[in-house]
Parts: sequence; structure tokens; C-alpha cells
Amino acid sequence: MPSVLFYLFSAIMLGFGILVVALRNPVSSALSLAMSFLGLAALFVSLGAFFIGIIQVLVYAGAVMVLFLFIIMLFDIKAEERRKLNLPAVIGGIVLVLIFTLQLATVLSDFQPGKRQINTVPLDPANALATRHANGLTVPTIDKDLAAGELPDVKLIGETLFTKYNFHLQIVGVLLLVATVGVIVISRREDKTVEPVPAK
Amino acid sequence: MDWFLIISSGAKIAIITFGIILPMVALCSLAERKVSAFIQDRIGPNRVGIPMTLFGAKKDIALLGLVQPLADGLKFLLKEDFTPKHVRKFYFWLAPALVLVPALLTVGVIPFGSSIQVLGKQIPLVIADLSIGPLFVFAISSLGVYGIVLAGWASNSKYPFLGGVRSSSQMISYEIALGLSVIPVLMIFGDMNLGSIVRFQDANGWLLFPAWGSGWTLQRWILLIPLVISFVIFTVSIFAETNRAPFDLPECETELVAGYHTEYSSMKFALFFLGEYAAMIVGSALIVTLFLGGWSIPFGHYLGLGAADAIGNWWVGLLHVGCFLTKVAAFIFFFMWVRWTVPRFRFDQLMRLGWIFFFEIALANVFLTALILMLVK
Repeated sequence: MPSVLFYLFSAIMLGFGILVVALRNPVSSALSLAMSFLGLAALFVSLGAFFIGIIQVLVYAGAVMVLFLFIIMLFDIKAEERRKLNLPAVIGGIVLVLIFTLQLATVLSDFQPGKRQINTVPLDPANALATRHANGLTVPTIDKDLAAGELPDVKLIGETLFTKYNFHLQIVGVLLLVATVGVIVISRREDKTVEPVPAK
Repeated sequence: MDWFLIISSGAKIAIITFGIILPMVALCSLAERKVSAFIQDRIGPNRVGIPMTLFGAKKDIALLGLVQPLADGLKFLLKEDFTPKHVRKFYFWLAPALVLVPALLTVGVIPFGSSIQVLGKQIPLVIADLSIGPLFVFAISSLGVYGIVLAGWASNSKYPFLGGVRSSSQMISYEIALGLSVIPVLMIFGDMNLGSIVRFQDANGWLLFPAWGSGWTLQRWILLIPLVISFVIFTVSIFAETNRAPFDLPECETELVAGYHTEYSSMKFALFFLGEYAAMIVGSALIVTLFLGGWSIPFGHYLGLGAADAIGNWWVGLLHVGCFLTKVAAFIFFFMWVRWTVPRFRFDQLMRLGWIFFFEIALANVFLTALILMLVK
């Protein structure tokens, strides 16, 4: 990807990320977050991870943020009034961000694969296919894509999830099920015992 | 830089958006009135043609009312664009665009034809040949709900607000059924690229009509059972996603005046309309692409009209485009037919249908398909 686009989408992501915190109207904040997700999705796509990028849009921008928006609108949360700048909080926030950036920089500077430029390590589907066969991995659809010189990103993610992380996936599934049951139990009305409050 | 690719992509975007989709949207608005008139035993708009009386002639040339969309568009442009005082201006202006843009963006991954030869090069007739076609369509079209929700909220009055709230819960509910019902289809193809899905159907029979190529196998015909279930759920969910009757609860006149676009006037109102029709066209195109062979001509393989025959034959490529548009038009007619014959659901019925029936059936259908794929070889 031309680096212009990288900077453009990074700017969109970070700019709207700042707006999420800076804007006082909750609906504007929610929409800024959605825009920030779109910028992030574009960055994923630029790395060739189409699936992750699209899931980012589908799940976060398309479903989660719509629910957020829905709830903000239902509660009709008013825009917060402009308060005086809380100086200690702002300074604390900036210091935290600086520490985090420093930590990230030290970790990333030790990360050897990150030193290679992306255009010096091109995708090598034929080689990958040979390696997979040598390791005894054969999935017909993945082999077909690799032989055609394409990156089967969706299929590889699926394969990894259902073989290497199969157990973890099922644990997460059970966790989500428990959460769903919990939500239903909490939100169920029990007005059989309680007399309805008469209207005034 | 491959300039040919860039220029041809630009040309495809321009031709498909401005040469196919937007004229189709315009014709849809006319067709809707004609079809409703036909179903209600009326005549419908049949007067607007070339206004020869303006130039002093005795009679106008009526042209079956085909110029009606132009007159409608002109009317929308010339009407007063009234913005009520109580609205939240920024979002009020943003909302109509947010409805139309996602609907037009999704067109990008739909293959309109096999390929066509221009200047000695084969150009595939799809703007972006992504490996995640259906997911892209779902992701982008799920952004369309922002437009409707924001329109309802920004209007700052109660009927639009109720329309917006209804729409967001409806779309989220039906997206799940939509996504699950398409899984059996993807399992059979083992691929998510819409272009190769259509090429497979061109060579081996449509998914719902496996009558040639390798389509004559026991597996393919037994798979018709889950596929028909998928097809029904998918089609009904598309109705709900595009807010078309019988699921047009967000704008139902008898309860909500006009729903989320009550406060809108002139071209901003028209954009909601265009967005709805564009979404309907894309929905029909997706159904046709996944289940009914996209651009492929039935038995085209034997007639010399298959995908391979389009190489070097520009007219075969055009025939494929024509075939695709015919199928889409048939589906659009079906959408209108349903709108004018089926009464509207109640909102709780709509939610029940989505969550209690379609969700479970679609989930069971995935298992059924997997079983058939495993047991019947």
C-alpha cells in the first residue's frame, strides 16, 4: 500500500479516537468510535488481512456500535456541560500515555521480525504449500488457493481456530452461553409477585 | 503501477454505478407504481413522455410513462428543502447520505458478468474481486442502519425516533439470520469469492438448479433440501434488511406517519428512497449470485455461452450481463409483488419470526448441510 494511504487511515483512526474522548455529545462520541474502527479496518485490509478488516466493520462498526447508539438514544443522555479542565486528570492521562508509548517502543524495538520491511518479504504461496504438505497438513480448499497463488486468509484462520485452538474456542463458546443465560435471567421481569404501581 | 487496471476499474465503477445501478433505481420507482397499479387493477403513470405541447404540437408523446422518473427527480430537486428548527442539523444532513452510500458501495463486489474483451484484454466484470465477497456485502450494508437511526434521532420528534429505534433492532436481528443462512452455501462452495462462486455454478449447475456439469450427483440434489431452506430465510431476511414491506415497520404509515423520514423533504427525502431501492437491487443481485447462478446462462456450457466462451467474444460477455440483469429484474418484480399483496407484520411478530424461528432454523440448517456433505458423497 502506498504510505500515503497508511498515514491517511492512521490519521483517521487516531483523529476520531481523540474525538471520542474530546466530544461532549455521547452520540458524536459513539459515531467517532465507529469511524475510528473503519480506519482500523482499512489498516488491516492494507496488510492483506481482508477477513479481520471486514469482521472489524461487521462486528464492531455494524453491530456493537449500533447497539451502543441505540442505548444512548433510548436513555436520551444529554450532552455533558463543559466543565472546567480537571488539570490533575489531564496531566495524569498524558503521563500514562507517555509511559505506555515508551513501553511499546522498547518492546517493539526488540521485536526482530518487525525489522524486516514488508516489501522484502513477499507472500510465497507455493513455498507455503510445500511446507504444509511436509507437515502433513492438507485441506483441499486451502491447497487449491495456495496452488492458485492466493492467500486463503479466511480458511487459514478457520483451520487454526478449529484445530490448534479448538478447546479454547469451545470454552469461549460456553462463556458466551453463560453470559447470555445471565442476561436473560437478569432482564426477566418478575412482576407476578409485585403489584403494579397504580398510575397517578 | 498498472495503469490499465486503474483506468479499467475507474470505468467499471462509473459504468456500473451511473450506467446500471442509478438508472435501475430510477426505473424501479416507476416500476413500483406500475406494478402496484397492475396488482390493484389500475393503469398507473402512463402520461409523462416527451412534452411536445411545450413546443406547440397538439399532443404529447407518452412513451408509456417511461419519463416519469425524470419528472419525479426534477420535482424533488425543485421543491423547497425545508429543515425544521428543532432538528440536530449536522446529523440531519448526514443521515440521507449514510443511507445511500453503503448501498452503492456493496455493488463493488458483485460480478455483473463473466468478462469482456476491450482493447485485446479480458476485463472481469466485477469492480473488486475480493476473497470475502458476501462478508463484505454484509459488513457494508450493516452500516446502512446508521443513516436510518441518525435520521430518526436527529429529527428530534417522536415518530421518526420510534422509526429509527425499530429499524436498528430489526436490522440487528435479521443480520444474524442472514449471516447464518448463507453459511450452508459457503460450505458447499468452499469459497467466499463471489466471482468463483458464479464460475462454479456456470460450469456445474446453479445451486438451486443443478442440471448440468457435475450437478447430476446424488449429493447436489439432496443438498437442495437445506439450500431451499437457506434460500427462503435469506430472501425473507433481505426483505427485512432493506425495510421493504411486509417488514417496513420503521416507516409504516398507519402507526408512525412516515417513520424515520417524516421530517425530511425534497431531495433529502428522495435520497432515502434511492437508498432503499439501491439496497433492494443489491439484495436481489446477491440472491441471484449465490443461489441462481449470477450471470450464467442455463445450459450455457453446452450452447457455447459459458464462461470460457466469453474470451475473445465480446457479445457473449454482454449476453452474460443481460442475463444477470434479467434475473435481478425478475427478483425486483418479486419484491414489489410481495409489497403490494402481503399485509404488514406487527413489530412483535417480526421480532419473533427473526429470533425464534429463523435463527434456530438457520442454525439447524448448518448442521444438516454438514451432515449431508459428510455422509452423502
